[in-house]
Amino acid sequence: MSQGVNQADRPLVRDDAEGGRDLFSKFDEIIRTRETLLASGVEDPFGLVMEKVLSPTRAICNGRDTILLGTYNYMGMTFDPDVIAAGKQALDEFGSGTTGSRVLNGTYAGHKAVEDALREFYAMDHAMVFSTGYQANLGIISTIAGKGDYIVLDIDSHASIWDGCKMGDAEVVPFKHNDIDAMEKRLRRIPEGAGKLVVLEGVYSMLGDVAPLAEMVAIAKKHGAMVLVDEAHSMGFIGEHGRGVAEAQGVIDQVDFVIGTFSKSVGTVGGFCVSNHPKFEIMRLVCRPYVFTASLPPSVVATAATSIRKLMHGSNKRAHLWENSKRLHAGLRELGFKLGTDEPQSAIVAVIMPDLERGAAMWEALLREGLYVNLARPPATPAGMTLLRCSLCAEHSSEEVGTILGMFERAGKAVGII
Amino acid sequence: MDRVEVDSRIRALIEPFNKKGADIAEDTTFAGDLEFDSLTVMDFVAAIEDEFDIIISMNQQAEIETYGELVDAVCELTEG
Repeated sequence: MSQGVNQADRPLVRDDAEGGRDLFSKFDEIIRTRETLLASGVEDPFGLVMEKVLSPTRAICNGRDTILLGTYNYMGMTFDPDVIAAGKQALDEFGSGTTGSRVLNGTYAGHKAVEDALREFYAMDHAMVFSTGYQANLGIISTIAGKGDYIVLDIDSHASIWDGCKMGDAEVVPFKHNDIDAMEKRLRRIPEGAGKLVVLEGVYSMLGDVAPLAEMVAIAKKHGAMVLVDEAHSMGFIGEHGRGVAEAQGVIDQVDFVIGTFSKSVGTVGGFCVSNHPKFEIMRLVCRPYVFTASLPPSVVATAATSIRKLMHGSNKRAHLWENSKRLHAGLRELGFKLGTDEPQSAIVAVIMPDLERGAAMWEALLREGLYVNLARPPATPAGMTLLRCSLCAEHSSEEVGTILGMFERAGKAVGII
Repeated sequence: MDRVEVDSRIRALIEPFNKKGADIAEDTTFAGDLEFDSLTVMDFVAAIEDEFDIIISMNQQAEIETYGELVDAVCELTEG
């Protein structure tokens, strides 16, 4: 996310409410943008309801049978029979929730089991599970980089990374997206003796591009920095064992902390950090977003553990997902759409829209065709772009990818984008 | 480096970013008068950092609203 700067793009004009300022007046501009969009008659892109979910790739959305091309269900694990069975069994045996923090009454056998599965999956010494991926970034970054330390991070980092930086009170130094030189310059200028953390993502989720981790991690290490890599969008799919971009580029042994999530390839909800740092376990006592919240329900950790273990043997699915990604990317480009990357680099294919109006019109036209994609807007997107983000699933059949391309062609012509 | 020199070097750097050709005074604001958006700020800060071989962290940027405050901050960062 390009939330790299603390000042607003425009000075705010506030209407003072009677007897004091209405704290909601700061949202007036976004309220107006939304009203203008909805007044044009399009369906609300941020108000979609899935009435029924038929499979990892199909749902009934706003009354229509719809192909899902905008979920993070990359490996299609949400309806895996073993995963479902594990969840049901945990519900029966451990109940619906833990009602407590991991450090008090919220650690059940299942929480230890899913941390064991993660340690095996990543071949790392330590694994710590959070209640969401957002909290994993928030907790780890804010706890390890405090006042006087320096965080060097990509300007397009996810909101959870920025929020973690802010919460920890470290000096925050962003660099231009994926710019190795810009990163090195900033590392070089950090005062001697200061603690340094470099924060990178394997796959950047808006455009679906990957980071040059091999070069960046080497430079970070040369300057004595610790390295944290968020592999949320690569787990299960990229790298020989599905450990992510750092594995694919041969530098995972140099990465101090890998952050991940259960809400994408794993197919449930939760976040984690894996690490080989010898003192890592102390994080369980000092990391506030870990301590001061309830732990994940037993059914969730049971489904996660089962799914992670199955992902260890997911090489066929990975190969099919790559095929899907390459075919969609090539097909959309042939149709004349402008894409976020020249080559497919992940399971995300971002289609760049000329503006919000036509982006919303295209989104709606696709939905009427029976296809759901994500409409992404600033501040989530870099450089003020409006994107239609397509994320593929290993369970999309080759025929479905063909159907999807047909839908894009008709919708694109109807809206006048191609 | 004295303040006059810092000022003249920053003035040269700001030119390509000053799309409106606004007059630059001590109390000119980046967000208001110059209408810098977040991407412009990032590129402009990077140009200053490279010119003076310094870091202006986001925490420091948050304290800088006017051109004069920027010149003061760069003077301070280049001392010693």
